[in-house]
Amino acid sequence: MTPAPDLPASMAAPSPLFSSPGGHDGRLEATRPALLSLSGVQTLIGPYHILHGVDFEVPERGLTMLLGRNGAGKTTTLRTVMGMWKASAGTIHYDGADITRRDTPAIARAGVGYVPESMGIFAGLTVRENLVLAARQGDIDPARLQWIFTLFPALKRFWTLPAGHLSGGQKQMLATARAIIEPKKLLLIDEPTKGLAPAIINNMIDALRELKSSTTMLVVEQNFRFAQALGDTVAVMDSGRIVHTGSMAALADDPHLQQSLLGLDLGAHQ
Amino acid sequence: MTRALTEEAADGGPPTIDVPATPLDKIPLLLVPAMMLVSLPLIDSFPSWVTLTVAGLAMGMMIFVMASGLSLIFGLMDVLNFAHGAFITVGAYVGVTVLRPLGDWTSADSVLDNSLAVLLAMAAAGAVGGVLGWLFERIIVRPVYGQHLKQILITMGGLIVAEQLIHVIWGPDMIPLPKPTTFKGGITFGEASVEKYRLIAVGVGAVIFVAMMLVLNRTRLGLLIRAGVEDREMVEALGYRVGRVFVGVFVAGAALAGLGGTMWALYEESVRATMGAELMILIFIVVIIGGLGSVGGCFVAALMVGLASNYVGFLAPKIALGSTILLMMLVLLWRPSGLYPVAKR
Repeated sequence: MTPAPDLPASMAAPSPLFSSPGGHDGRLEATRPALLSLSGVQTLIGPYHILHGVDFEVPERGLTMLLGRNGAGKTTTLRTVMGMWKASAGTIHYDGADITRRDTPAIARAGVGYVPESMGIFAGLTVRENLVLAARQGDIDPARLQWIFTLFPALKRFWTLPAGHLSGGQKQMLATARAIIEPKKLLLIDEPTKGLAPAIINNMIDALRELKSSTTMLVVEQNFRFAQALGDTVAVMDSGRIVHTGSMAALADDPHLQQSLLGLDLGAHQ
Repeated sequence: MTRALTEEAADGGPPTIDVPATPLDKIPLLLVPAMMLVSLPLIDSFPSWVTLTVAGLAMGMMIFVMASGLSLIFGLMDVLNFAHGAFITVGAYVGVTVLRPLGDWTSADSVLDNSLAVLLAMAAAGAVGGVLGWLFERIIVRPVYGQHLKQILITMGGLIVAEQLIHVIWGPDMIPLPKPTTFKGGITFGEASVEKYRLIAVGVGAVIFVAMMLVLNRTRLGLLIRAGVEDREMVEALGYRVGRVFVGVFVAGAALAGLGGTMWALYEESVRATMGAELMILIFIVVIIGGLGSVGGCFVAALMVGLASNYVGFLAPKIALGSTILLMMLVLLWRPSGLYPVAKR
């Protein structure tokens, strides 16, 4: 795999920190500055109080997994970071600035890419048009697009096909490609493996492993095998709060912690 | 069926892999010629059929001009604007206001003078419609985004207030608006006679349709509008401030309604304060048949409604009034989201 073309050569290969799946070194996580930090974030959707004071940090570079049972508030957390739902209390800092009150376009322009759970592709637009629209600053950088084609070859094959005709996996690839068609500092991805076949999930793992060498990522995921393969750090949510943070490796090595935090039947998930 | 990718890939060379051809849904496109063909033996007189067909197409084109903006406004902004008819009526009155002082131009036996007068009237109607649309969006619509019931109530109220204001400004009586001299009369093709103005309306409508399709399909703004119709939130997540696009579309929709109002007033050769409200029924039918938010669907639906009104009016005048509603029912039974449903998130 080749690195993102706009990145320095030093990032061409995965850093030692992230060279093994999972990163697996909690001491090193602490030395990295936080690109994103949430402090006491509360979010209400209509009459429903979803987030009850979310506190966690996403270290710069690498991939942070946000795990939790259904309804724990993971998607709400991502949408709150993106400004789609406003935090009623607490603060969100990104890249040194308070973005709690910023609107969604301003947050996106600050270098945050977002892939929603629904993938949010524009079904009536072609693959090409989806990517052209996402290249907000002008024409698509040819070298970067070529790099994306190496990550997601199907997009080249279906370049002029309306996105609505792609398969679920191809739509997920398009949604991810659209988020990175321009360099991003932070990428928020909500359940990238939802509904995908195992072979496609392996492709996504390869692609995201390549991506995390150049972009900080916060990924919401239900598939623990996927999370274990990619995550460097992890935050676990329950009932609208963060109940655990640490390295992914530590969680992966502790079946009892997994059982207590996620209710995982290890035989079924590993 | 396959086709080679023709658009250049980023590496400079066109991809050569064959992919399934984009399945263009042609069936709705065939409905207009199908209606024409089916009606021919029923009408049983070729000259009458030609006259009715051109009348139907002209009516359809004018309805399209007025309805396309409403369709986009609903698709993009999810706004049920019942006051759209007010822009049509105001446009018609502005057209009268401009054309009356230009009596020398409209009564002259000169295509150039007549055309200039009508173009000025249409431009003025479009401009006033656009300004009114901008004010209406800022003052009336903006506070009720996302609240359909309030939108219906407040825009219906806006329509009523606009009608009363028209009574105050232009008076309560119907104002006659004769066509310019060279636009009167008809052209004879064999035994068939076709009104000149209807041919002009077909031409103007076609130009506006082509221009809209070019903007929507060949420009970045069009891409933004099409994407916004599907999923506004995702467009914002890409960094675009969609609100500004929305206001632009609202203004453009109102301007087209105003322009269409002048065209319709010349077609009917009169102007009255209730014309917009009366047309709204036809316009809503067209927007629903076409698929909310679809300009292409709106175009096909407008032509179908225009043709159905004229054919049924000739063949069975007693059910003419209900023919368009019947057409809508049939289309919705076949395609519940309209001819070209827009994929919404």
